[in-house]
Amino acid sequence: MSKEIIKIQDLKREFTMGTETVHALKGLSFSIQEGEFVTIMGSSGSGKSTMLNILGCLDQPSSGLYEIDGVSVKDLSRNELATIRNEKIGFIFQSYNLLARTSAIENVELPLLYNSKVSSEERRERAIKALKMVGLGERLDHTPSQLSGGQQQRVAIARSLVNNPVMILADEATGNLDTRTSYEIMSLFQELNKQGITITFVTHEPDIATFSSRTVVLKDGNIIQDYQNQDVQSAAAELAKLPKQDH
Amino acid sequence: MRLLNLFKIATKAIILNKTRTLLTMLGIIIGVASVIAMLAIGEGSKESIRTTISSMGSNMITIRPGADDRGPARGSGGNVQTLILEDYNEIKEQASLLSYITPVVNGGGQVINGANNWPSTIYGVNPEYLNIKAVGLQSGSMFTDAEVKSAAKVALIGETVVENVFPDGQDPVGQMIRFNNIPFKVIGVLEEKGENTFGQDQDDVVIAPYTTVQKRILAIDYLNQIMASAISEDDASEAVTQVTDILRSQHKLIESEDDDFTVRSMEELISTFSSTSEMLTILLVAVASISLLIGGIGIMNIMYVSVKERTKEIGLRMAVGAKGADILMQFLIEAILISITGGVLGVILGLGATVFIETFLNWPTSVALYSIVISFAVCAVTGIFFGWYPARKASALDPITALRYE
Repeated sequence: MSKEIIKIQDLKREFTMGTETVHALKGLSFSIQEGEFVTIMGSSGSGKSTMLNILGCLDQPSSGLYEIDGVSVKDLSRNELATIRNEKIGFIFQSYNLLARTSAIENVELPLLYNSKVSSEERRERAIKALKMVGLGERLDHTPSQLSGGQQQRVAIARSLVNNPVMILADEATGNLDTRTSYEIMSLFQELNKQGITITFVTHEPDIATFSSRTVVLKDGNIIQDYQNQDVQSAAAELAKLPKQDH
Repeated sequence: MRLLNLFKIATKAIILNKTRTLLTMLGIIIGVASVIAMLAIGEGSKESIRTTISSMGSNMITIRPGADDRGPARGSGGNVQTLILEDYNEIKEQASLLSYITPVVNGGGQVINGANNWPSTIYGVNPEYLNIKAVGLQSGSMFTDAEVKSAAKVALIGETVVENVFPDGQDPVGQMIRFNNIPFKVIGVLEEKGENTFGQDQDDVVIAPYTTVQKRILAIDYLNQIMASAISEDDASEAVTQVTDILRSQHKLIESEDDDFTVRSMEELISTFSSTSEMLTILLVAVASISLLIGGIGIMNIMYVSVKERTKEIGLRMAVGAKGADILMQFLIEAILISITGGVLGVILGLGATVFIETFLNWPTSVALYSIVISFAVCAVTGIFFGWYPARKASALDPITALRYE
């Protein structure tokens, strides 16, 4: 049996808005195994974002258990959470969140700057390796403004890979991209997943879910569906089906 | 290692915002430069006062009859006749901290040489006078102790007197002049000293043996003054006490009685004038410090804007593992770098301004090392102090809200 990366049991998250208490997550339980490609689906207000924040160790549950790679996250201090994010999670955002006027390689190096165990030589090496993995080995010195949207997201993916995380956490990673480019990005995710990288993809687009191996659907703070995808589509194949662009 | 990384991040941010950083620095640059320039002007004027006063006579101590007249309704010291030759002899004998001493009697009168005449002052002294006043001779020689004893009618004259009574450029040494109708043989000309700090012409004098002046010109047997020289500047105040003690016992004053004489050292005079110029310096520096403070507030302002503007970036950094302390340090380092770089440029500008003032305005200046050290230290502290609040704010941001910030 493969290793359990994420373990969630009866997870609740409540927010107090004035006198009212909002139950964003109402007691969820699920786990993610190493090597899975999970999409978390849900419309807005379903608790998707709250789930993402907790999975990303940006927020902590009000009650229940959340373990990532065997570490219980509840009751950790701000600093300890930062260390977990630094060492175990790779973030990818909808709007890329690259540092402006900063080269691709420096953007990718960023997480390692906050890890004192990594020397500057190793940092550079790993950043170059990560950029090669996403197919940007030739554009190390390009700044975000010199890259297309798809390329910027590739830099962000390289950044999420550079710290060898146990899981990549993508938040609507294709939301800002056209269909062609988002298929390209999904095909890159599938490739990385084949190499054994665990991916959790939060989205509201159903067609993105068809590329993943498992889908978890949230509604009103509860899991309403959690199924293995029997017919995983190949993003590369879908990409080939798209009409050729006119030049 | 970690700090080095944060340092790199901070320098990168500064380089990416060159213009803004430079403008922010400007406040600090001007502040530091003005502090240094103002202190240099203050120090310079203090030093120039010190040198002019010292040139009036090294370690000079003056003893005047009459109590300290720095109070209301006292008689003028010159009219009091309590200082006599006996006092001079006693001080000369007993005071161990004095190197030179002379009795002084003086009076005004007309210097006449043929058709030329000139109003001047005659000083009756002994040969040690030249040492006390630190004045040399242009030509001729000083009168001797023997000439003092015999009340010889010999005199030395200053340059101003020479110019006015010997207008033809004739050598005055060996010539006869008359002072209030008493004939004197000129035996020397004093070195030129120019005006002193108070605008008094130090060359408008006639010097003669005090015995001669007492008997022939003033017809008095008391002294107007006793002048002395302490053996060193450090001993001056000790010497003042010594002289006071001697005079008190000489004048048989009992404990409850005030001094009937006044002893003052040049040191006191210097400190009186220095304190005035010091006040002025403090005022100037206070004004300059305000501009430094405003520069500091400028840094705070720009750091505050920078934190706001980079909220999303801060969120990202936190998401990829930056701790609150890392963010704090990043912004603090940025603020300190701005202020220290501003400080360095300010020191350079301040030194430049000082040179400019010295060369083009001819104001005496003197750059004290401490002014550089202080303004530099103030800069670093300003950076920390004004950088702290925005940096602290940045580090306390919630990563979720920061990431979503638009």
